[in-house]
Amino acid sequence: MNQHTSIKAATGWRRWVYTTNHKDIGTLYLWFSLIMFFTGGLMAMIIRAELFQPGLQLVEPNFFNQMTTVHGLIMVFGAVMPAFTGLANWMVPLMIGAPDMALPRMNNWSFWILPFAFLILLSSLFMPGGGPNFGWTFYAPLSTTYSNDNTAFFVFAIHIMGISSIMGAINVIVTITNMRAPGMTWMKLPMFVWTMLITAFLLIMVMPVLAGTVTMVLTDKYFGTSFFDASGGGDPVMFQHLFWFFGHPEVYIMILPAFGIISTIIPTFSRKKLFGYHSMVYATVSIAFLSFIVWAHHMFTTGMPLAGELFFMYSTMIISVPTGVKVFNWIATLWRGSITFEVPMLFALAFIVLFTIGGMSGLMLAITPADFQYHDTYFVVAHFHYVLVTGAVFSIMAATYYWIPKWTGNMFHEGLAKTHFWLSLVSVNILFFPMHFVGLAGMPRRIPDYALQFADFNALISIGGFAFGLSQILFVVVIVKCIRGGKKAKANVWEDAEGLEWEVPSPAPLHTFSTAPTIK
Amino acid sequence: MIRSLMLSVFLFAVSSMSMAGVSAFNMRKGVTDTSHQVYNLHMIIFLVCCLIAVVVFGFMFWALLKHRKSKGAKAANFHESTKIEILWTIAPILILVLMAIPATKVLISMEDNSEAQMTIMVTGSQWKWHYRYIEDDISFYSLLKTSDDEIDNKVEKQEHYLLDVDKPLVIPIHTKIKFLLTSDDVIHSWWVPDFSLKKDAVPGFINEIWTNVNDAGTYRGQCAELCGVAHGFMPIVVVALEQDEYKTWLADQLKQKAILIEKEKQSVGETLSLEQLMAIGEQVYVERCAACHQADGKGMSGIFPALAGSKIANVAGDYKTHIDIVLNGKSGTAMQAFKNQLSLVELAGVITYERNAFGNTTGDVIQAEVIQLILNPVQQDSQSSVQSTDQMPEQSKEGVKQ
Ligand SMILES: [Cu+2]
Repeated sequence: MNQHTSIKAATGWRRWVYTTNHKDIGTLYLWFSLIMFFTGGLMAMIIRAELFQPGLQLVEPNFFNQMTTVHGLIMVFGAVMPAFTGLANWMVPLMIGAPDMALPRMNNWSFWILPFAFLILLSSLFMPGGGPNFGWTFYAPLSTTYSNDNTAFFVFAIHIMGISSIMGAINVIVTITNMRAPGMTWMKLPMFVWTMLITAFLLIMVMPVLAGTVTMVLTDKYFGTSFFDASGGGDPVMFQHLFWFFGHPEVYIMILPAFGIISTIIPTFSRKKLFGYHSMVYATVSIAFLSFIVWAHHMFTTGMPLAGELFFMYSTMIISVPTGVKVFNWIATLWRGSITFEVPMLFALAFIVLFTIGGMSGLMLAITPADFQYHDTYFVVAHFHYVLVTGAVFSIMAATYYWIPKWTGNMFHEGLAKTHFWLSLVSVNILFFPMHFVGLAGMPRRIPDYALQFADFNALISIGGFAFGLSQILFVVVIVKCIRGGKKAKANVWEDAEGLEWEVPSPAPLHTFSTAPTIK
Repeated sequence: MIRSLMLSVFLFAVSSMSMAGVSAFNMRKGVTDTSHQVYNLHMIIFLVCCLIAVVVFGFMFWALLKHRKSKGAKAANFHESTKIEILWTIAPILILVLMAIPATKVLISMEDNSEAQMTIMVTGSQWKWHYRYIEDDISFYSLLKTSDDEIDNKVEKQEHYLLDVDKPLVIPIHTKIKFLLTSDDVIHSWWVPDFSLKKDAVPGFINEIWTNVNDAGTYRGQCAELCGVAHGFMPIVVVALEQDEYKTWLADQLKQKAILIEKEKQSVGETLSLEQLMAIGEQVYVERCAACHQADGKGMSGIFPALAGSKIANVAGDYKTHIDIVLNGKSGTAMQAFKNQLSLVELAGVITYERNAFGNTTGDVIQAEVIQLILNPVQQDSQSSVQSTDQMPEQSKEGVKQ
């Protein structure tokens, strides 16, 4: 504890740079994530502005490709993942009755290397030759032989992000395994804690694969190796196997914590216990396991043997079973509850509907013969944005509204927050729903210009995009207002919420559970 | 919110059914048996998903309407039911099995490449397609026809904006055609939606797909795998002809090929003026080189080297390296080999142009003969001697330049 007392003395910028406190670090992660969300969002606005009309109006194709690439990288590694790490930092110790994360110094380090990773990545955009322009999936040999000279910056940025994620994951695992309050057995663990634990294991297993892959890209490009170059005995398709062996579990890294959040919020506002807690846990574990044996469904068009195509089609279809169980459990939780519609609940309900739509287009994409038509079109773009924006991002917003009174001690402005929700909900569907149509009608993804028959939908999509982008300013307004003041929040903010986090006062003091609570 | 969503899902379903064929909303039925099967499969899964959505969201919205606190709803106490949980694990599995059966059937037939009646080699390169008819030994490149002015919004866009090529692939209908796909540089993906064909063209590897088209017509597609700056600008156009029309087309192609070979032979003997070569060269440069090296020859720093003032293109008399790079490409970079893509005169023209444009002042005039000598020194030296044909280097593969 004396370590903490000395930290407490630090004020101003030192407090944030030197901090080893899980709440401060959680706050840092969340602010960082928000900044990255707007940075990546700005890039999306540039993309949508260029695609507003056919023809090239605003940017060169090369810059356009940099925007799609960096938008993807920032949203995945800079916005969604750090947001979940931030929420885990804030909430996991509070939920399991621990005084802090198990490895506080490493916690500080794993956050503070992150901004530098993104500075390196973003700085390459301003160098001669520009930033990465080969898609966030950086398929070789486009990213090796045919990429620009600044590819090393991209590689090192990914390395640093990977190290940060692995350290964060180790911390989550060690904390949850060792620091649960007495009496908190595994099957009493809150769902959010379960999902963060499983996510952390996924991270530890796949981030090294990504690190190895980018290193091979680095040596192929700069040191004359031929891992992915057929003329030197390598194989460009092997790159894709390696990438998606990381990439598919990565998808679940971004959605499992969302499941945990929704499983926390729905019971609170239904005033009913989560239906099927045990099956929720087993479903999460099986999704995590299955996520390792489906990766090649991203690669059906690369030319696989029939047996491979069949295996990956079947395994992918099976994932919809545990995912379905989750959705059914949420609805059974709502069933015969006593439901109210506070802002976190609105986002959670929207999540259930829109994530399910994304899950269903995912099932369609699993059907190999149909995937030949869907693959690399806007149908895929629609699918993963439903899963990641109305899925992961909506869950993060739900979590923010749910816990921000605990963080700040103030209630947020409900009118503004509701406006934020409705504007987001309408605009996000104008943005992503028509993408299904243009994709099915034949528009490939990652093109800066398109044939005339796609013009009307693209204009509509862009309008939805600008509206969704602007609506997020309201989100910041609500957050800032809530930090500055507002109606004082009680300890148990949402009268019927369950969990240890509601037993500490609002705002949660810097040090909580210095003596472990006892769980009945 | 929910209503508008359900409405759009419903509209989606209706519109896709009423607008069979080519639709602005839905996958097209296409013109092959396979594409029909894929379309049906797509519609079946889509409708199954819609049904599940109606049931699931039905329960959800019922709860949201009836079980509100504001309506006086009191929360029930249940939170587990082994029976129902087993039920909603088994039921989806059954639905999935029912979906998997037709999907497996279609997939097996799509992967059956046997008994093809003709074979076409499709090679992707940045940013064009090359087609080679294996049995008939004709081959050509197929490039985007849309002008830069259309793309830059200087003139009105034509009907097939970005989906038009200078020379489409021509195939006969009612013929099982096998395509061999590969690439010269990065991964491309050859996609013709009307045939339900999409497969990657991977450098160093060959992928096989097949089709058998039922209806004559013109079918358009695009490269589907991000392949660099001009990924959005490498369309695919396939013209499917009745079999006798195809035979006429083929005969005509063979005739043209013979004429071209004759022309090439003549051009070796001709001497063109600097102005003539510059004019030919400028046209080639704009079509083939400007995408990377830019119209002003300044390139893009860090990606594509400048030609203006470069050591290779702007030292008078020292043109060997320049010619070598244009002919054979530069390994480890995006620079391709152009020796099989351009005629001797075009090669001579573009190299002359590059050495005398963008402020380059070499004054070098490269004639077709020079190119021919570099490409095929042995053949040139000993045209009369019979033995030397054995030593002919393997360069004389591609039809165009001999
Ligand atoms: Cu391509």
